[in-house]
Amino acid sequence: MSDINLSIKDRDGKTHEVVAPTDMAMNLMEIIRSYELAPEGTIGVCGGMAMCASCQCYITSEHELPNMEDEEEAMLSEAFNVKENSRLGCQIFITTKHEGLSFELAPE
Amino acid sequence: MIKTDIIIIGAGPTGLFTVFEAGLLKLKCHLIDALPQAGGQCSEIYPKKPIYDIPGFPEILAGDLTENLLEQSKQFEPGFTLGERAEEISKDKDGIFTVTTNKGTQHQAPVVAIAGGLGSFEPRKPMLENISFYEDKGVEYIIKDPEIYRDKKVVIAGGGDSALDWSIFLANINADVTLVHRRNEFRGALDSVEKVRELKNKNKIKIITPAEITQLKGKDKLEKIVISRDKIETEYELDHFIPLFGLSPKLGPISNWGLDIEKNAIKVDTFDYQTNIEGVFAIGDVNTYPGKLKLILCGFHEATLMCQSAYKIINPGKKNIFKYTTVSGIDGFDGSRKEAKKPVVQAINN
Repeated sequence: MSDINLSIKDRDGKTHEVVAPTDMAMNLMEIIRSYELAPEGTIGVCGGMAMCASCQCYITSEHELPNMEDEEEAMLSEAFNVKENSRLGCQIFITTKHEGLSFELAPE
Repeated sequence: MIKTDIIIIGAGPTGLFTVFEAGLLKLKCHLIDALPQAGGQCSEIYPKKPIYDIPGFPEILAGDLTENLLEQSKQFEPGFTLGERAEEISKDKDGIFTVTTNKGTQHQAPVVAIAGGLGSFEPRKPMLENISFYEDKGVEYIIKDPEIYRDKKVVIAGGGDSALDWSIFLANINADVTLVHRRNEFRGALDSVEKVRELKNKNKIKIITPAEITQLKGKDKLEKIVISRDKIETEYELDHFIPLFGLSPKLGPISNWGLDIEKNAIKVDTFDYQTNIEGVFAIGDVNTYPGKLKLILCGFHEATLMCQSAYKIINPGKKNIFKYTTVSGIDGFDGSRKEAKKPVVQAINN
């Protein structure tokens, strides 16, 4: 399995080009945490169960993503600052198909 | 004034297990938590989710783990101050701490254990203009006394369990309840959704979906809200607006206690998880040190080691030796005694 490149804009508007493994069952929220691109306690609060929306991201590239499960859709329907391209980072697991994916963290 | 040996801030799994470990050392504990019930995240966020890495439990629901921890600590008669947030701390000349909550309840002890997880849970507030002006003037995020809603016109916003459960509860005490949610589907437990549907069919609850509240109006207090549905905005008269959009943890006042904080967590010495303030410990998800993992099982370990140092602070110079519960049993503060059955020694040849 190979690594892929991701482009992540943090909450201060700074863009980070990062390398993410595709063989560790990691999701976008976990990549953000592993690179410490958002302060602890402000992201992945529920641990990745689609129960808090603290990892809401705006997907800014045209990649094909897994469809939203009911839990994610329901959580986003209660979250704030939701846009058309909002997704929960914890629900998008990284695969080789995501090479070059770019996204932005939603406000806290 | 509540006096105890260890004040534990946070009644999540780590805080609850501290009661047990302290109890083995004959130390009494009192827990403070901002939530109205014990269990922390386990009971507030994911009570029905299974946990697979609690030693000895191949699988256990977070809610059941909380129940078990409460049962395990019960014999050591912990005190609880629930629904109040630890706000201030002070230390007197004799080294005794006083912890005061946001409601003014005071607690005194020679040792403080902060087991606050990610912080105290604060309601997530919708971004509506002037909402802070209307807080406690018609806008409430937490229902403290349901009786104030009796015979009143109440709008609840949200689609999760608390929005559903409170809609049911308030409708049953004769409040005129309208539930507003951004989509047609609700995220709550199936039986709650079913109950709301029944109440709607009996005209006891009004449901407006998919819709959201866009404005708050009123001179000195909240009088009207504007509900937007299908891009049509309608004014709606009411007495109370209760937005229930979940809770998010904030380290809050603890961050002003003079503790060394790094990345929203309290730095500790891994010898006994003491902070930079002597007598104040931080255990569980709230602390940080090289190699830290935010796991419940790590919190249990930290609580156990912390209690050994707490004993020495509380009983200076007094001898103590670590004991196994299988050998010495457990003497509860409630007079109970648990111990292993003695083996029966009998001769076979007689």
